[in-house]
Amino acid sequence: MTRLRGENLTLAYDERTVASTLDVSVPDGSFTVIVGPNACGKSTLLKALARMLKPTEGTVYLDGAAIASYRSKEVARRLGLLPQTSISPNGITVGELVARGRYPHQKLFRQWSPEDEAVVAESMRKTGVDDLTDRLVDELSGGQRQRVWLAMVLAQQTSILLLDEPTTFLDIAHQHEVLDLCADLHEDGAHTLVAVLHDLNQACRYATHLIVMKPGEGIAAEGDPVRIMTAELVEDAFGLPCRVVDDPETGTPLIVPLKRQR
Amino acid sequence: MTAVLRTGPVSLRVVPRVAVVSAVLLLAVLAVGVASLMTGDIELTASEVIASLVGHGDRASDFIVLRLRLPRVLCALFVGAALAASGAILQSLTRNPLGSPEFIGMTNGAATGAICVMFFLQGSMMMIAAGAFVGGVVTTVVVYLLAMKRGVQGFRLVLVGIGVSFILVAVNHFLITRASIYEALQAQAWLVGGLNLRTWGHVTTAGVGLAVLLPVAVSLGRRLALLEMGDQAAQGLGVNVERSRFFLLGTSVGLASVATAAAGPISFVALAAPQLARKLTRSAGPGVFAAALMGAVLLMASDLLLQRVFSVQLPVGIVTGAVGGVYLAWLLAHEWRKGIAR
Ligand SMILES: Nc1ncnc2c1ncn2[C@@H]1O[C@H](COP(=O)(O)OP(=O)(O)O)[C@@H](O)[C@H]1O
Ligand SMILES: [Mg+2]
Repeated sequence: MTRLRGENLTLAYDERTVASTLDVSVPDGSFTVIVGPNACGKSTLLKALARMLKPTEGTVYLDGAAIASYRSKEVARRLGLLPQTSISPNGITVGELVARGRYPHQKLFRQWSPEDEAVVAESMRKTGVDDLTDRLVDELSGGQRQRVWLAMVLAQQTSILLLDEPTTFLDIAHQHEVLDLCADLHEDGAHTLVAVLHDLNQACRYATHLIVMKPGEGIAAEGDPVRIMTAELVEDAFGLPCRVVDDPETGTPLIVPLKRQR
Repeated sequence: MTAVLRTGPVSLRVVPRVAVVSAVLLLAVLAVGVASLMTGDIELTASEVIASLVGHGDRASDFIVLRLRLPRVLCALFVGAALAASGAILQSLTRNPLGSPEFIGMTNGAATGAICVMFFLQGSMMMIAAGAFVGGVVTTVVVYLLAMKRGVQGFRLVLVGIGVSFILVAVNHFLITRASIYEALQAQAWLVGGLNLRTWGHVTTAGVGLAVLLPVAVSLGRRLALLEMGDQAAQGLGVNVERSRFFLLGTSVGLASVATAAAGPISFVALAAPQLARKLTRSAGPGVFAAALMGAVLLMASDLLLQRVFSVQLPVGIVTGAVGGVYLAWLLAHEWRKGIAR
């Protein structure tokens, strides 16, 4: 029994079904990475796991109970989500944005405790944005902004973190910086992470559990990336002929697309 | 920059700049209020006004201050505050500076309701106010349903609202052309919006509405701030998005309708006050309370200006409308240029 899992899920927007009879379970303490071609339903799955989309069939369970049975704030104390797109309000500073992560722990008449203060400072230190406190979020670079949002989600102090494409729009160095941060969180043992990534090589390098999705079929394969990642799987899910070799740096699978045929 | 007020288990976050701006606006409300009570056919001094207010005035100034002028001044205060709070909520929900009750159709719907009561039921003042309230609420529900498609997007709400507004304006004009001269004049006077001849009945309507709805609006303010970050981010932080939006919209309609019921459709205050308050407080949140104070100051000052400059009793809606037109042109030009620059 894992803390977060979905049973027999059918996910749809109005009449348009994105996936059906999907069973997914996130191993506790794992760094789970979801990959799959564009529009195959990765974000949709993440939304369902975070209770942002009600499955038309099936149930998502969080800590043994149907996630729909929790109050919104209770879910937000157990599970944090970094959406693919979010809007930084005009004129908000980094400190204020990160502080908003404390909302699920606050009440109308208990808006700011010393604990809130400490957690916000710690989250900003972990993500390396502590020297940006009074800067406007609008005026940051893409990489800085992504780390600020990550700090906000960390300030929520949830043991489960769902991250939808946390590396998009970042250059390769910043991509690895964010992923290293995730790996650190995972290694400290207190967090279960689920991230949607685009780069298969990064996914294989960082994931302890890999979920490969395929359009119309839901999950094509899941498990330890070293075990499941094969050329056939990539060809099947992405339609890309390739070879899979060992990453010379880490020994994890490295996907090398085949030369163009004439 | 935030300060924290703490006593025992209670802790409130306060941004010093917001607190200072609010205090200054509160003082402005008092100052403009006293100045308005002094102004009229019979000029009174500040000390005479204050004496009457605290119960030590002579009979003549008591009559002028408490009977004739105070209802008008309080009406301006409550109506201005209610409109601005309504606008602050709506602008934040729609993430659009044009998301104000007059564009969502609330105001024109309230006017339609009021005119129907005038023409078809020959209703009393209170019935007309009730008609305005019902009209505003019904229009908003219709706009909301039309704009709904898996939840409501702010921009779509504004667009649908503008469309419905145009239809309602046409309906209002049609009704007026079919009415008798007397009824048409009565409707026209109401449509311009004004504070002339306000009675304690109007004050009670606006005051009770504000006393109930403003605290609700302020307590929902934190969720409103989170909703500005996008539905998913807000939900991720534990905000029940659809339900919060529903309550916030309901509060906004309630405030706008109460205001319209008490003083007719008054434009510009709901549009401009929240933006001005945001500029002054430089805060990232919707700042419902500061906006409400700003709205009160704006409407009271417009009304005072009107009484000082024109000796005839012009409706305050004309001043706010004229100033509002200029402001709207500036706002659109500004947004447009920003759009080009991007
Ligand atoms: N809010 C929405 N309304 C309707 N359809 C949507 C919505 N979001 C996503 N979809 C559709 O659902 C499918 C899966 O989308 P998504 O989960 O975002 O894919 P991705 O794997 O790229 O994250 C796509 O076909 C997309 O067009
Ligand atoms: Mg996606």
